Amino acid sequence: MLADWLYIGIFLIISLFLPSVALIVAGILGPKKPNPVKNSTYECGVETFGESLTQFKVQYYLYALVFLVFDVEAIFLYPWAVAYQVQTVFYVVEAIIFVLILLFALWYAWRKGALEWV
Amino acid sequence: MIPLSWYLIFAALLFCVGLYGVLARRNAIGIMMGVELMLNAVNINLLAFWSYLYADRLNGLVFVAIVFVAAAAEAAVGLALIISAYRRRNTVIAEELTMLKG
Amino acid sequence: MSGTQFIFLVTAGVTLAAAVMTVSARKMMHAALWLVLALTGVAVLFALLRSSFFAVVQVLVYIGAIAILIIFSVMLTRRVVQEQRPRVNRLWWVAALLALMLFTGLVATLASWNGLYPTGQAVAGHPEDIGALGLALVDPAGFVIPFEVASLLLLAALVGAVFIALERKGGMQ
Repeated sequence: MLADWLYIGIFLIISLFLPSVALIVAGILGPKKPNPVKNSTYECGVETFGESLTQFKVQYYLYALVFLVFDVEAIFLYPWAVAYQVQTVFYVVEAIIFVLILLFALWYAWRKGALEWV
Repeated sequence: MIPLSWYLIFAALLFCVGLYGVLARRNAIGIMMGVELMLNAVNINLLAFWSYLYADRLNGLVFVAIVFVAAAAEAAVGLALIISAYRRRNTVIAEELTMLKG
Repeated sequence: MSGTQFIFLVTAGVTLAAAVMTVSARKMMHAALWLVLALTGVAVLFALLRSSFFAVVQVLVYIGAIAILIIFSVMLTRRVVQEQRPRVNRLWWVAALLALMLFTGLVATLASWNGLYPTGQAVAGHPEDIGALGLALVDPAGFVIPFEVASLLLLAALVGAVFIALERKGGMQ
């Protein structure tokens, strides 16, 4: 089973290796003749203004929050789904209660307007 | 084979780095990051004990899943509190949030 | 030194270095990105511990959701002057001393514990059985109460976080 992960590790190393080699070789071989116009930030040809890291709206956080809750739900429902074939109705009802409780959470977020993009 | 002690010592180191972050950071979000590191150290410990000592039982795995849920809940509420405090006081520096100080 | 030991040592070194950078980086955004690297290292360790499921869950939940939440919070609470100020409080050396003392205490406890070198078949054991875990989660004789309580905890967390983070209508600003 660790051998399966070894393939992912090999792919990870190759995928880190290739772009870094490309960047390093380009940095070594490329000619460097900087001037202020060349170094300025390029943004559709228009002159840039302000900071690049502006303040975000709270809606981003609320969306990520709802996503997080249903992401964690997956931890529990995935093993349950794997064992689905050997389950009785009672077990399925328990999982439905689990989902209903979380649907109530979604309903609350919806009612409070957390999912509205203002 | 990796000895169990390697995992435990690594988890202890990670926990202590996280503890330092929690105690020393001034930024409240930095404190949250320290807490996340500590929770990860705990999870490594739990899975290491499960894997080396109790691989035939499921208690360890359920415990790890519950720790994941607790970490998610803690991150959600903690960061919401920080955002709310930032909106009221315009700071995320823990020392400047002194509303409860007499 | 075997191959897995080498992978463990490299992963542990990278993870610890990333953790140290997380607690010491000057910019919060950089600290958050170092945190992502540390969490990835922990996911690799989960895979080494023969728990593929939790390695994937670590990537899915911690890196995919919690780290994103932290990065969004950093973006939400950004202040321009913030980076020029000291990043640790003036008692940081007490914190470092406490962490060091805790580590010494933990290692001393481990050294005096005689279960540290387990013998027998558990060491060479099998990967986790996801089906059995799923069945135990809904089994009344197993872990059905933690299963439902986890759902309630998530409900409480979402309700609380939405309530706190949402601006009052026509309020604060």
